[in-house]
Amino acid sequence: MISTLRLLPMALGAACLIAATAPAYTAEQIAPPRQSWSFSGPFGMFDRAQLQRGLKVYREVCQACHGLTYVAFRNLAAPGGPGFSSAQAAAIAAEYQIKDGPNDAGEMYERAGRLADRFPSPFANEAQARSANNGIAPPDLSLITKARTYERGFPWFVLDIFTQYQEQGVDYLTALMNGYEDAPAGFTQPPGTAYNRYFPGHAIAMQKPLSDGQVEYSDGTPATVDNYARDVAAFLAWAAEPHMETRKRIGFQVMIFLIVLSGMMYFVKKRVWSSVH
Amino acid sequence: MSAHSTYQPTNPVMKWFESRLPIAGLIHSSFIAYPTPRNLNYWWTFGGILTFVLGVQIVTGIILVMHYTPHDTLAFRSVEHIMRDVNYGWMLRYIHANGASMFFIAVYVHMFRGLYYGSYKAPREVLWILGVIIYVLMMATAFMGYVLPWGQMSYWGAVVITNFFSAIPIVGESITTWLWGGYAVGNPTLQRFFSLHYLLPFAIAGVVVLHVWALHVVGQNNPTGVEAKSSQDTVPFTPYATVKDGFLMVVFCVFFAWFVFYIPNYLGHADNYNPANPGATPAHIVPEWYFLPFYAILRAIPDKLLGVIAMFSAVVILAFAPWLDTSRVRSANYRPLYKQFFWVFVIVCVLLGWLGSKPAEGGYVIAARILTFWYFAHFLIILPVLGLIEKPLPLPNSIADSVLKKPASGAPVAAGAASPEKRG
Repeated sequence: MISTLRLLPMALGAACLIAATAPAYTAEQIAPPRQSWSFSGPFGMFDRAQLQRGLKVYREVCQACHGLTYVAFRNLAAPGGPGFSSAQAAAIAAEYQIKDGPNDAGEMYERAGRLADRFPSPFANEAQARSANNGIAPPDLSLITKARTYERGFPWFVLDIFTQYQEQGVDYLTALMNGYEDAPAGFTQPPGTAYNRYFPGHAIAMQKPLSDGQVEYSDGTPATVDNYARDVAAFLAWAAEPHMETRKRIGFQVMIFLIVLSGMMYFVKKRVWSSVH
Repeated sequence: MSAHSTYQPTNPVMKWFESRLPIAGLIHSSFIAYPTPRNLNYWWTFGGILTFVLGVQIVTGIILVMHYTPHDTLAFRSVEHIMRDVNYGWMLRYIHANGASMFFIAVYVHMFRGLYYGSYKAPREVLWILGVIIYVLMMATAFMGYVLPWGQMSYWGAVVITNFFSAIPIVGESITTWLWGGYAVGNPTLQRFFSLHYLLPFAIAGVVVLHVWALHVVGQNNPTGVEAKSSQDTVPFTPYATVKDGFLMVVFCVFFAWFVFYIPNYLGHADNYNPANPGATPAHIVPEWYFLPFYAILRAIPDKLLGVIAMFSAVVILAFAPWLDTSRVRSANYRPLYKQFFWVFVIVCVLLGWLGSKPAEGGYVIAARILTFWYFAHFLIILPVLGLIEKPLPLPNSIADSVLKKPASGAPVAAGAASPEKRG
């Protein structure tokens, strides 16, 4: 029996070793560099100016192909967001044409956007989006920072619980925007795709969207691809999680309450059980 | 639910009511006067935590349903409506989504506690089997709940799981079509899953009542595995168990809140924030973490039908533990060999879970096969054989003995001098 017990860990160890040396994913993905974000961690808040710059990049570049259809113009003026006033948000909304109707005559019509409207989709439907983009519909960006991630691997995925690392998708998007480069020798680029270092499989259907100086910043931030990438990624992080600041603020209050309560409960428990022990 | 109630109402209204429906007496005997072993450690508080989490899931679920739309074209959007437009909708949804994981964390602690201390042995077999039934119902409920947001992983998870039934010879295809309500996973599937996801938690609550009833008939097991013999061995449920359960429940809430408020998407899949697309299969279809060990077992077997059988057997075999374990000693504290094999089994389950998240190729499959074999061998070989060859340590005469005396020397200690708190 003792010899069996000795064999046991060995067998398990062998099983782990075999697993550890197994080949990695076939479509391997390069881990994007970790960025520092104002909104990470338990007290993270969005940088209002950054979100406003990000919105500008979205509107002047991304919007041509990508929708943001879950985000309403009124959200732009909501607390915890880009910090526009209601009037500013209404002015942004008014720059869009929204399809409405039917009216009393039974006809659809176009009108200027209002606060209650959501960002309109650049395409009438998915088939049109596909046909205009080489057969691949550009994804809606409302949730993109939560819908993209990368493999963290052991032990990082365990440590992420404690460090509260939730910005995998934002880091990935930033890296993706910066990741356009020449294909290495020997890489066969499928037609209609561009080489991107961070895109899984490297062949991305989106051509390099950003270049230096493309969007004018009015607050003195250097107009570089890297800044555009960060700003639009931060803006999309807010778009995907518009209540994040409230969530973290309430979370802290809940934590304080529960920790104090558990401390009190501990002493009540000790007191009650003191007669038994 | 157990012995005759000692509850004596003094208030005339309560007296009148009690003589017509003795519900206050039932509650009194079940949750106040109920004798609970004095040596229960914190692993015994998870039953209360599970009841609490079930309540949280039902309450948040009922409110979510007020805003959710179970239709394939609207479900994803309605979830985003909850997240963005409903007051505190994000909180409700994150509590509900993470609550499912908390439910499974608590149930796994509860089950492994039962396996370690032999809580399934006579006379607690029915209690244990009711627990296995609750676990199966939980898995069905969790799976169907994960389909409801109608994201990519929802959709493809539903495709993979429902396809298990197509492995059944001859009638498999017909059964799958019947389950789907069509020739593919679609709107009828979503709507029936929604209906059942609302129904099953109440079925779980019903079985929980039976589980608690059975528990109060046979009494709780305890870390020594020696039955309570006298009032020396027990303390009244209230205040002793209530305050201890309450304390750990609050601590558990700290853990729960950490996920809900700080890392709400940690336990989910990024791909489920993409709307369901029947035309695009995700690169890796992975179930929720709590199904991963079973998923690894499924994929370890090369044959589809045998894989499905192995996966379901891995759950069902738990129900036979009372008869597979031949040892009459309950607690692993007094079973030196079983104690080691128990921890090996825990490691095997964790490793199977890790392998379930990996692609089914190369060394991963070989490792999964070895561990799958070990999983079943634990129940079919180790449990029966250990009981025959193992020499257990001497058991204490009673619970009170084990608490009030040092177990090694057996020298009596004055009760007032209080031996250090025993944790197992």
